[in-house]
Amino acid sequence: MQVFPLRSLAIICVCLCFAAVAGAASALDFPALTGRVVDNAGLLDSAQERRLTDQLRSHEEATSNQVVVVTLTSLQGTTIEDFGYQLGRHWGIGQAGRDNGVLLIVAPKERKVRIEVGYGLEGDLPDAIARTIIDNDILPAFRRDDYPAGIEAGVSAIILAIEGAYEPMARRSKKNETFRYVAFVFLVIMLLIFVRFLYQVDPGGAQRWPGGGRRISGRSSDRSGGGFGRGGFRGGGFGGGGGGFGGGGSSGSW
Amino acid sequence: MLTIARLAPRFLLCGLLAGFLSGCGVNDIPTYDEAVKAAWAQVDNQYKRRADLIPNLVEVVKGYAAQEQETLTAVVEARAKATQTQIPSDLLSNPEAFRNFESSQGALTRALSRLLVVVERYPDLKSNQNFLSLQAQLEGTENRIAVARRDYIQAVQVYNTELRTFPGRIWHALLYSDLQPRETFSQPETLAEPPQVKFN
Repeated sequence: MQVFPLRSLAIICVCLCFAAVAGAASALDFPALTGRVVDNAGLLDSAQERRLTDQLRSHEEATSNQVVVVTLTSLQGTTIEDFGYQLGRHWGIGQAGRDNGVLLIVAPKERKVRIEVGYGLEGDLPDAIARTIIDNDILPAFRRDDYPAGIEAGVSAIILAIEGAYEPMARRSKKNETFRYVAFVFLVIMLLIFVRFLYQVDPGGAQRWPGGGRRISGRSSDRSGGGFGRGGFRGGGFGGGGGGFGGGGSSGSW
Repeated sequence: MLTIARLAPRFLLCGLLAGFLSGCGVNDIPTYDEAVKAAWAQVDNQYKRRADLIPNLVEVVKGYAAQEQETLTAVVEARAKATQTQIPSDLLSNPEAFRNFESSQGALTRALSRLLVVVERYPDLKSNQNFLSLQAQLEGTENRIAVARRDYIQAVQVYNTELRTFPGRIWHALLYSDLQPRETFSQPETLAEPPQVKFN
């Protein structure tokens, strides 16, 4: 009888080891999201990188679409399609709920290129258009070994395709602000009614009502500071907005 | 007032109990079940999208490669079989129906990959803009199917594990005994590596 728990313990240990091995085998090692241009393969010089970053930033400010260029040293033994959607999900490119992210992935070692399109832009940048961009704008330059020209032409074509896909960022945040303001006022009114109700029910609460009112108003001004100060979600470094990917886009090789 | 005062502890108790229960996973099984359903909807959606692309693809190929009648017929028949099979409502927990679904979609995948190999022999067709567009859409859809299948497999794994392990096992027996383990895909998507065809 004493053997039994020992044996089950051993089995659990073996299972855990297998689980750890399986987890390690399936996980890809994703590069860090250092900016809108992640040039791990070193295909771009700093001026080109800056130019692309500026182009992509102004596009995001105008439309909220996030486009990221990434060059990889290796695909780690998997296909570029497999790597692409997992990288997009890992970084969360695109705004949450809109899924409006696009990745331009270049793997020079495997001679593969892919445009990975987030769920929300599949209508504006369908597979056939992505394929056309790769065939007509990117691959001719890549075949001449002129990677910067191919990447720049590809980015311009992608932006052209998805421009105007969504309402501009500025209008969206204004609408958000209005909504927040209305919600805040509504909340304050509800709080006041609630407090009023409490004091009405409590006998002798009538004398304390003015004091209670002041206390509530003080608290609500604190809340307004917290509520409205949260606007700049993209101050400082660049980060993904939590967009989703489902394998849309197209690939090519040269 | 008195009634409220008397009832307050009970409300508190109910609140505590609810918090305690959700903390130990009473909601996990329905949550994972919904995740499985959502993942399956995506799989189903992408297979339908592929079926919708095929008539146009067949038409375009016919115009250039009418002599490949056999391959084209195979695709059309496989599509008909995959789309006309009556899918039972309990597909996800019915092993036999699920295997049927998987094998009919797999047959369509194989027929399509044969067609895409055959068209390599027709340079005119391969430079046709319409064909290139359809080919890109088909490749994209196959890739979406692969992603959706993988997401589904993961969702099912989480759900089935919850059903079979503690404490999900207890909740399953007590509250959710109508929810069955879900079936999952056993064969890999095959279009990624098309079959080798020898040209003699």
